[in-house]
Amino acid sequence: MNAPTLEYVELAPLITVFGAAVVGVLIEAFVPRRLRHLVQVALTLLALLAALVQIILLAGTELVGAVGAVAVDGPALFLQGTILVLAIISVGFFAERRLEGGGDAFAPAASSLPGSEEERVLVRQGMLQTEVYPLALFAVGGMMLFPAANDLLMLFIALEVMSLPLYLLCGMARRRRLLSQEAALKYFLLGAFSSAIFLFGMAFVYGYAGTLRFGEISEALTANLGQDGILLAGVGLMAVGLLFKVGAVPFHSWTPDVYQGAPTAITGFMAACTKLAAFGAMVRLFYVAFGGLRTDWQPMLWAVAIATMLVGAVVALTQTDIKRMLAYSSIAHAGFVLTALVAADSSATAAILFYLATYGIATLGAFAVVTLVRDSGGEATHLAKWAGLGKRSPLLAATFALFLLAFAGIPLTSGFVGKLSVFTAALDGGAAPLVIVGVIASAVAAFFYVRVIVLMFFSDPAPEGPTVAVPSLWTAVGITLGAAATLLLGVVPGPLLDLAQQASVFVR
Amino acid sequence: MSPTPYLVLSVILFSIGAAGVLTRRNALVAFMCVELMLNAGNLAFVTFARMHGNLDGQMVAFFVMVVAAAEVVVGLAIIVTIFRTRRSASVDDASLLKL
Repeated sequence: MNAPTLEYVELAPLITVFGAAVVGVLIEAFVPRRLRHLVQVALTLLALLAALVQIILLAGTELVGAVGAVAVDGPALFLQGTILVLAIISVGFFAERRLEGGGDAFAPAASSLPGSEEERVLVRQGMLQTEVYPLALFAVGGMMLFPAANDLLMLFIALEVMSLPLYLLCGMARRRRLLSQEAALKYFLLGAFSSAIFLFGMAFVYGYAGTLRFGEISEALTANLGQDGILLAGVGLMAVGLLFKVGAVPFHSWTPDVYQGAPTAITGFMAACTKLAAFGAMVRLFYVAFGGLRTDWQPMLWAVAIATMLVGAVVALTQTDIKRMLAYSSIAHAGFVLTALVAADSSATAAILFYLATYGIATLGAFAVVTLVRDSGGEATHLAKWAGLGKRSPLLAATFALFLLAFAGIPLTSGFVGKLSVFTAALDGGAAPLVIVGVIASAVAAFFYVRVIVLMFFSDPAPEGPTVAVPSLWTAVGITLGAAATLLLGVVPGPLLDLAQQASVFVR
Repeated sequence: MSPTPYLVLSVILFSIGAAGVLTRRNALVAFMCVELMLNAGNLAFVTFARMHGNLDGQMVAFFVMVVAAAEVVVGLAIIVTIFRTRRSASVDDASLLKL
């Protein structure tokens, strides 16, 4: 029996990130407490940067590595690179320590009772929770593996490696810990439920095809054309698991609660990167493995896409909390991406890749802005408190307005180009009704984005209103990069569109 | 060997688990029901592996056990912390986050 071979060079980015995560756990055990924060942040940033460089060097590679389990191809590398860029910016937000007077956004010890004497002592000592960084690295590793997984087992493992650290990170907020813990509980129970459904679907697909590899599943589909009930049940159950992760209706109910309860830096990271990873995995699974079954899964995803766009846009109208509003907006965006996925046209993959990149960077920036608007109780997330922010802090309000305009898809922002490419791909794929619903949903969504902008610039500030905290360089650089990218990709989208186009071919 | 009885059993276990998650109010019980669903998946995998005569499905079952163990670690940590702050593990009490 021969030992399996691993393509170490091609798998290097994944190995780097997972290796650094393990080293991060060791640092927790062996490095003195006062050095830990510095060492962890440095290690995390270095590992992510190194992985990003490796991804860039690997550009153009096309192979299936790790004995058929991991694909290294255009879509995988594009998404991994984007996830790494977003993660690097996110780590900056995690490391932000000026907003809480020396502390970061996380509880000094997540296990201590909120408001207890133990916690007060830890806060007074200036303790920091440094386990956040290895956890984030594990999550990033899982996110990088998820869109690259080329067999069912790897897909499941990546899903869990990505999700488990996120459940924990959600429950670690320094302020409003009850909300945070509640968000973690909800995310965990619903996430575990959906991955159990996903696993059962996997079992049925395996039962039909007799193999776990995507390529061989696709061959099995073409070989026996008898439509088996087992196969359809399997595809449906697997779709539930993936649609849960992207936050599509009717599996979206966790999104607003978790986005609101989690520490805002984590929310931004999760909203941007999880969606990228999950859509990447979904596109690969449905195009590479279940491509031959297109006529069967298309109607299901049609319905989901329509429901997602409409529910996301309409329910966002009624929200009074800025984080919940952004959560519903992210649901609507999942619907827009689904329109291109459903169309399954040749240009669809490129459009999805571009859309995800632009959406991710704008989301990260928007949530980072939310961390800066504060009053005595921490972040002031109620919409009413944002009234007149434009008069008090024009620069911050203008930046937030830019992100909102990008979400709304206004020309000269990245969101416009993204939406245009997604809808064009859907039209070419013959999904005109979806595009019509999409345009209507965009118009509804534009209304509530503009409402926030009007609120910020044209209403009088409340006398007891929140103040805008001055962040350290970490957050300032992150927001600036996000705003610059959003504007730049709106004015000159060409290079990234070309890159997405070149990267849109799946290895089979 | 006919695989049908094993598959029927796994579907029954899965349904009991799913129904439990949706109806039970205690976070621990809901979580145990999720574990039941994972084991139903394992049973289906092993049955299909036997049916197809390859080992892929049995291998998956091992990985799923490890994943389930990791999930228990994370899940119990979350449930215990929330129990310490609220003195209750009921999912109905955790209702601060609402529309």
